[in-house]
Amino acid sequence: MSDELRLEIAADVDVVRAREQGRELAAAHGFSLGDQTVIATAISEIARNILMYAKRGEVRLYSLNDGSRDGLRVIAEDRGPGIRDLPRAMQDGFSTSGGLGLGLPGAKRLMDDFTVDSAPGRGTIVTMIKWKRSHG
Amino acid sequence: MEVPILKQGQYLIASIQSALTDADLSQLREALIERVGRYRARGVIVDVTALDVMDSFAVRTLRDIAHMARLRGSETVIVGIQPEVAFAMVQLGLTLKGIATALDLEEGLAFLNAKARERT
Repeated sequence: MSDELRLEIAADVDVVRAREQGRELAAAHGFSLGDQTVIATAISEIARNILMYAKRGEVRLYSLNDGSRDGLRVIAEDRGPGIRDLPRAMQDGFSTSGGLGLGLPGAKRLMDDFTVDSAPGRGTIVTMIKWKRSHG
Repeated sequence: MEVPILKQGQYLIASIQSALTDADLSQLREALIERVGRYRARGVIVDVTALDVMDSFAVRTLRDIAHMARLRGSETVIVGIQPEVAFAMVQLGLTLKGIATALDLEEGLAFLNAKARERT
């Protein structure tokens, strides 16, 4: 665990900045261009979720190593209304905001590890990890 | 960051130069739809070569542009989706189904010219 980047999300420019920072960190740790794009896209989705549902929150980026491989962890946290029905929120096409309903399930498909911790009135924490593929 | 929109013959070409915020994307949609009427454009090309991320909001906005332009009598073609971006879009679940795409500007113009010939 070395780098840690904390990014406030309170406006649409912050979504762009968060995904750009995520891409930069991934590039610095040797992720392929494809994986950099995948990580940036996943960050864009969950950062926008913060904006749409909670108005403000933060995205934190960490580099990590589990002993055999490098990875990048993204944590998106807000103190918004939380998710009432998490199983439904994880279904494609389900949205309470008029969006495409791809944010959470889509980001999950893009990343290797994906967990959501949320309860109504308590906010939401999304944690996701992408592992670097070994010399492929 | 406002996206420049060029008029070339009967076509409008919106050439995205850098990353766009959601507000920028919405602004592009309004500007294009207004100009389709003002210039009586028969075709719209949106060049996304410079976009290194296309997330669900960007794709929804492009889809809206294509559908709205068609309602105003204009065909839209999206050009320049980068290979990594295409990969991430498919993983995310975004397909641009029903929207014309082309590899680059040249192919996009060829597509619109072929469409124009169909109409005459």
